[in-house]
Amino acid sequence: MKIGPDDIRTVARLARLNLTPEEEASMVTTLDAILTYMETLNALDTTDIEPTAHIIDLETPWRADEVTNEANTEALLANAPARDGNHFRVPKIID
Amino acid sequence: MTTPLHDLTLAEASARLRDGSVSSEDLTEAALARIAATDETWHSFITVSADEARATARAIDAQRQSGAAAGVLAGIPIAVKDVIATAGIRTTAASKLLEDFVPPYDATVTTRLKNAGAVIIGKANCDEFAMGSSNENSAYGPTRNPWDPTRVPGGSSGGSATAIAGRQAYGSLGTDTGGSIRLPAAYCGVVGMKPTYGRVSRYGVIAYASSLDQVGPFGRTVEDCARMLGVIAGHDPRDSTSVDRPVPDYHAALGGDAAGLRIGVPKEYFIDGMQPAVEGAVRAALDTLGGLGATTSDVSLPHTSYAVACYYILATAEASSNLGRYDGIRYGARQAADDGLASLYRNTRALGFGPEVKRRIMLGTYALSAGYYDAYYLKAQKVRTLIRQDFDRVFADVDVLATPVAPTTAFRLAEKTSDPLAMYLVDVFTNPASLAGLPAIVVPCGRDEAGMPIGLQLIGPPFGEELVLRAAHAFEQATSWHRERPPEPAGAAA
Repeated sequence: MKIGPDDIRTVARLARLNLTPEEEASMVTTLDAILTYMETLNALDTTDIEPTAHIIDLETPWRADEVTNEANTEALLANAPARDGNHFRVPKIID
Repeated sequence: MTTPLHDLTLAEASARLRDGSVSSEDLTEAALARIAATDETWHSFITVSADEARATARAIDAQRQSGAAAGVLAGIPIAVKDVIATAGIRTTAASKLLEDFVPPYDATVTTRLKNAGAVIIGKANCDEFAMGSSNENSAYGPTRNPWDPTRVPGGSSGGSATAIAGRQAYGSLGTDTGGSIRLPAAYCGVVGMKPTYGRVSRYGVIAYASSLDQVGPFGRTVEDCARMLGVIAGHDPRDSTSVDRPVPDYHAALGGDAAGLRIGVPKEYFIDGMQPAVEGAVRAALDTLGGLGATTSDVSLPHTSYAVACYYILATAEASSNLGRYDGIRYGARQAADDGLASLYRNTRALGFGPEVKRRIMLGTYALSAGYYDAYYLKAQKVRTLIRQDFDRVFADVDVLATPVAPTTAFRLAEKTSDPLAMYLVDVFTNPASLAGLPAIVVPCGRDEAGMPIGLQLIGPPFGEELVLRAAHAFEQATSWHRERPPEPAGAAA
């Protein structure tokens, strides 16, 4: 087995996901099969191969430090699950 | 018999608008009526934006009557995949988490459609966050294949494809990360195109895997796709990965024939276990292209069989990071905290995401986690280099590559849902071009014994859109597959 129930719980915690016991069991089975399949890559010798992070040559674009986005505070806050004036409201995090 | 309005191609509808024999309002009402009559069966749409579409159509008609210059898509009803932001029209990404999300701004491709005069008719169904190959991962219910509603339309841009196959829109936009335009195009018997990575802006496109995502068009014909590509392509300062190079006249590329085209046929794309009808149709298409004066030669892309493993490591890794933003703070359906702020995140994500999205977040998080990064993520990045080098080598000798799109035609609903790996392997012939960022088009090239459509994939070198359009158009003009249409759904008026 590549991955067991403890690994699944650790990864779920890292990913900020709550999984039900049924989901945990299903993850163990499916992720194990998928990770086993992914090991086919080990058949390739990649010792001197450069990794590809991006397929095109990216240059850092420069622009003047000016505000270019329009002020649409209302439209942005309209999607907030909870708001308080011009703020997003969250549960109390510091006692 | 006159052709019903919904049966016109985009180019035909444009011509009718120009000669004044129809109005945009006529086309829009025809599309809305068609959707009302058929979408209970096919479920191509998550949201139909009827009011906005009617208002736009009337405005475009008024503009035209006043003699103002009309854009390339002026008055044409277009469907947009529901991962592409549309200001004021809800954009769900087919996720419960974003059920009520109304974008405050347009994606750049949306802006470009609007500037060209397009009428956005609705938001097309898809797999949740564009993750899937069958459209069964939509939180709003699966889209059905118009050729046989017991079968899937392919994913993830399934609704964008069925809207075209079913004559519900004259054109549509999808996104393609690992084959999400090409697979549904093949399964539904329409034309679909993934441009070169960087050709089209991703600004305002809900991100799945940012080094792979690309927006592209669906149409009934190659010409229709060329028109839409010309509208959406181009540099966008808001997407630093969009490439600053001139957009050619893609329509002009259609004038060329296939004579002298050098077509490579990679042997790794004809594998054991593939449906004989698919191989037969693709081989017959090669004969057709040969008859049109193209030369075909066998080539090898030796790392093809590693693409699925490579893709699903990289795409899920990127997804696990991109989907971190869905924490229930700024948008989305928030679930209450029961144990501090982190529990708000966990509860929100547990209830908001569907099973496949959770699986991919888990896979990606694992592949990026301490102790596994080198074995999975870094390894896959290196294999990506090998896959890209395969293509670099063959494009020294050929202009385009011709391949099948998938090993089989559309499969039945629920056939693969219990086996995620089997679902991933559907992408075996589409993942390689995605990893290499290459342009690829799919044109209908046959039907199997059950009557299901078969597609031909033509892959070009970077920014070789004109080459693949030319090859696809020459093939299309010599065949009639693109003129075939699915049966009417039971109970719908023709």
